[in-house]
Amino acid sequence: MKIAIIQFPGSNCDRDAYYALAGVFNQPSRLFWHKRPSLAGAECVVLPGGFSYGDYLRCGAIARFSPIMKSIIEFANNGGPVIGICNGFQILCEAGLLPGALVRNEGMEFVCETASLKVEDSMDYFNQESLGETIDIPIAHGEGNYRIDDAGLTELEANNQVLFRYANNPNGSKADIAGIRNKNGNVFGMMPHPERAVEDLHPSRDGIGVIKAFLKSQMARQKA
Amino acid sequence: MATEAPAPNPDPTLNVPITPELVEKHGLSTDDYELIKKILGREPNLTELGIFSVMWSEHCSYRNSRKLLKQFPTQKFDEDSRNKVLVKAGEENAGVIDVGDDFAICFKIESHNHPSAVEPFEGAATGVGGILRDIFTMGARPVLFTNSLRFGKLDSADSRRIMRGVVHGISHYGNCVGIPNIGGDVYFDDCYEGNPLVNALCLGVLKHDQIKRGAASGVGNPVYYVGAATGRDGLGGASFASKELSEESVADRPAVQKGDPFMGKLLMEACLEMMAVDGLVVGIQDMGAAGLTCSTCETAARGNTGVEIELDLVPQRETGMNSYEIMLSESQERMLVIVQAGREEEVEKIFEKWDLHAAKVGAVIDGTDMVVKQHGQVVARIPAYDLTEEAPLNDPEAKRPAYLDEIQTWTPEQIDDLTETGIAEALPKLLSDPTIANKSWIYRQYDQMVMTSTVEHAGESDAGVIRLRCGGPDKDKYIAISNDCNNRYCWADPYEGGKIAVAEAIRNLACAGARPLAMTNNLNFGNPNKPESFYMLKEAVRGLAETCEFFDVPVVGGNVSLYNENQESKIDPTPVVSVVGIIDSRQYITPSLIKKGNEAFILLGDVADELGCSAYLRVIKDLKTGKPPAMNLEKQASLMDFLQIQIQKGRIHAAHDVSEGGMLVALCEMLFTKSKTFGADLNLEDLPIDRWDTLFFGESQGRILLAVDANKADHVVHDAERYDIHADILGEANDEGILHIEAPNLENPIQWDSNELRKAWDDAIPQAMKI
Repeated sequence: MKIAIIQFPGSNCDRDAYYALAGVFNQPSRLFWHKRPSLAGAECVVLPGGFSYGDYLRCGAIARFSPIMKSIIEFANNGGPVIGICNGFQILCEAGLLPGALVRNEGMEFVCETASLKVEDSMDYFNQESLGETIDIPIAHGEGNYRIDDAGLTELEANNQVLFRYANNPNGSKADIAGIRNKNGNVFGMMPHPERAVEDLHPSRDGIGVIKAFLKSQMARQKA
Repeated sequence: MATEAPAPNPDPTLNVPITPELVEKHGLSTDDYELIKKILGREPNLTELGIFSVMWSEHCSYRNSRKLLKQFPTQKFDEDSRNKVLVKAGEENAGVIDVGDDFAICFKIESHNHPSAVEPFEGAATGVGGILRDIFTMGARPVLFTNSLRFGKLDSADSRRIMRGVVHGISHYGNCVGIPNIGGDVYFDDCYEGNPLVNALCLGVLKHDQIKRGAASGVGNPVYYVGAATGRDGLGGASFASKELSEESVADRPAVQKGDPFMGKLLMEACLEMMAVDGLVVGIQDMGAAGLTCSTCETAARGNTGVEIELDLVPQRETGMNSYEIMLSESQERMLVIVQAGREEEVEKIFEKWDLHAAKVGAVIDGTDMVVKQHGQVVARIPAYDLTEEAPLNDPEAKRPAYLDEIQTWTPEQIDDLTETGIAEALPKLLSDPTIANKSWIYRQYDQMVMTSTVEHAGESDAGVIRLRCGGPDKDKYIAISNDCNNRYCWADPYEGGKIAVAEAIRNLACAGARPLAMTNNLNFGNPNKPESFYMLKEAVRGLAETCEFFDVPVVGGNVSLYNENQESKIDPTPVVSVVGIIDSRQYITPSLIKKGNEAFILLGDVADELGCSAYLRVIKDLKTGKPPAMNLEKQASLMDFLQIQIQKGRIHAAHDVSEGGMLVALCEMLFTKSKTFGADLNLEDLPIDRWDTLFFGESQGRILLAVDANKADHVVHDAERYDIHADILGEANDEGILHIEAPNLENPIQWDSNELRKAWDDAIPQAMKI
């Protein structure tokens, strides 16, 4: 899949995503500056982690008005695969492509550690059969506390939209939610960083499974 | 020859006669003032006086320390007699050293102590931002941070406030710019109450031909100001850092700068993008301490040319700023760039992409003056070289403090040895001492993994280890870094304390599998005008320099922070050192944590009857006395050779330096892994035992604990003998979580539940911070 990794001013995991996707997965990947008017034929969009616009106002609140977001929203609404990691997840929530919001961690402090995640059976390939029951993926965020109203949560659960939950909730997220997808199954958002868990020098290599499962699930969707 | 006198300043408040009081208020002596008049051939105006005052502050000119710093070695030769130091200390914003295959690293440590005392969050954040700019200015992409922090004890509400603010500040800036913070060191001691130390280090990587200089050349080349706009913040910060803290320091809060990490990140990316274009940049310099003043005159002095700037063209975020304020502002996230004439548009385009200011504010001119204009009129004209390089160097008086003789006579015989119960009680107490305890409360607030090249971060190995991406798995390099300095050792004997600081940092590198390459240091001391304080600085530098020379570790840069005292107290001498090493193969990277039970533990090195200035005396006996442990550099050199060969043979599963708290604390630190808390069964029948306290908790130098395969332990001990290194097999790790010690003259074995010890170690800092 031709992958576009979007660089906002303040993105800082853009190269990490590139090294993982291009280096480890051999996917044709390109870094895309946020002022570009279009996605130029990309088949998959990655919104990387970082502090877009310094997290001023609210995390992701300004980035969602970046010129390229118009194309991304259109792309996602047409079923194109989009994954947002950490700040990317926050941007997707701000843009309305995913439900809920991410607010300051309950402990009020930035948390960086390797988190154990419980995998949910969300969709084809993105399930316990492919990924295992629990995986270890690094987290690094100050505002990863997932909030959603009760009706929204009921809907998320009813549609199996929760991708994984924290085994030991580090930030106060509702229902221990660490990652979700949209109802349609083409837009993914997660606070943990799978690109930080793909090489043997990393704390784990469970990110490989996550990225693989995402790519496979999207290829399967497109065939269907 | 007199420099032409500037016109009256457009701001009438600046047109005042320069009185002796005004000179003194600027931290300048009458001798300094006479020299200024000699350089100018006339009286300075107020703007010029301000410019001299910041440039001749200790912070910018090292006027009290420069003569001492000449003792540091500055070269390192490879097998082909080529000097690996590509940019020497003091030449540029930071030193650069070769790491092979056309790659180099650039690193430096810098303090932000005074600002952090007054405004912990902003003080620490801008400390990180400042050192970051020093590194990318050289053309290097920053790849890691570490820091050395010193606070008062955590039972003080003020120390807790300062620590919380400092850690938040570091995490705020460092996380946002996306560079991993992989370690450092933290000590808590009474002497830092009200005098915290915040020393931030940054390291970057670059190719040899990417090195950029902070020199202006080529008459007619435009001078650009890039980055954030100038405000009134940080006015005279360099002078502020060059005096003691007092009650009035709080009123100096405007001298503390405010950082904007987002701006810092954009500025870094834009500058790296600009520097990557061949021939665009003639010279580049960060506006750090002394802001526009320092960057303008230093680039002119290095290039042996003149520079002229017009202040009306400087982006300003406040109205009505006069020349004094603009020249002395330390607003953050600004750079001065000398651009190749004719290529202005290319530079402007890059900064436009990043939504940053890029304003042409002047040009390189004939002559050697720094000329500052406002509204078209000259408001300051100073010979740049004299301003930068001719700061009067002081020769402060040094006097050995009387207390040294008194405390150095102390020996362990003056206290009772521990009973068995005493041993059992002392270990958990030591583990819960914040200086020794688990520091994850601090480092989990730092992004340690961004850039996905961190191999070992804080708490996993004796040194932080990262991969340098050099073009693929077979070309990548691995470097290790360790910060160190035990203040009490330096207080009791600054020369030995200095030696120990360097030797321990190097030993830490050896434990991680690295060979030392180069060092940076941050000399945190008291007021140099007090002879006893200056003596400590002088002796410590002698100890550092000799040890660097001995281990062939050049000093490639650093920082001096004097005046770390307030009305109540002054800090112990704290020469923080940070040594960078290289690991020859990925396989040699060695952790300090064990991975499985039944590993055998071997203690390398000699135990002596030493307890002076130990954590044991501090925590258990509430004593601050005695000589620091003896440091034998030759023995350490053979210890390192031996360890390196054992690591290359693949025999060493974990290695950990024995330091604060002694052998049992070091052992526990190896057992407390992230996923599991191991126990150990020790039998000390082979150890020479004079006293329990020195054996278990003494800090004799040059000792390392190894974890090896139980069936290889004898081989390791046998090999150690050939290097004349004392080696004892202490026992084995276990999965049961019990730490159990037997020794011939112990009536009953001593036993601890490892999980309880772990809890004491884990909970100490979070509990203290909850109050």
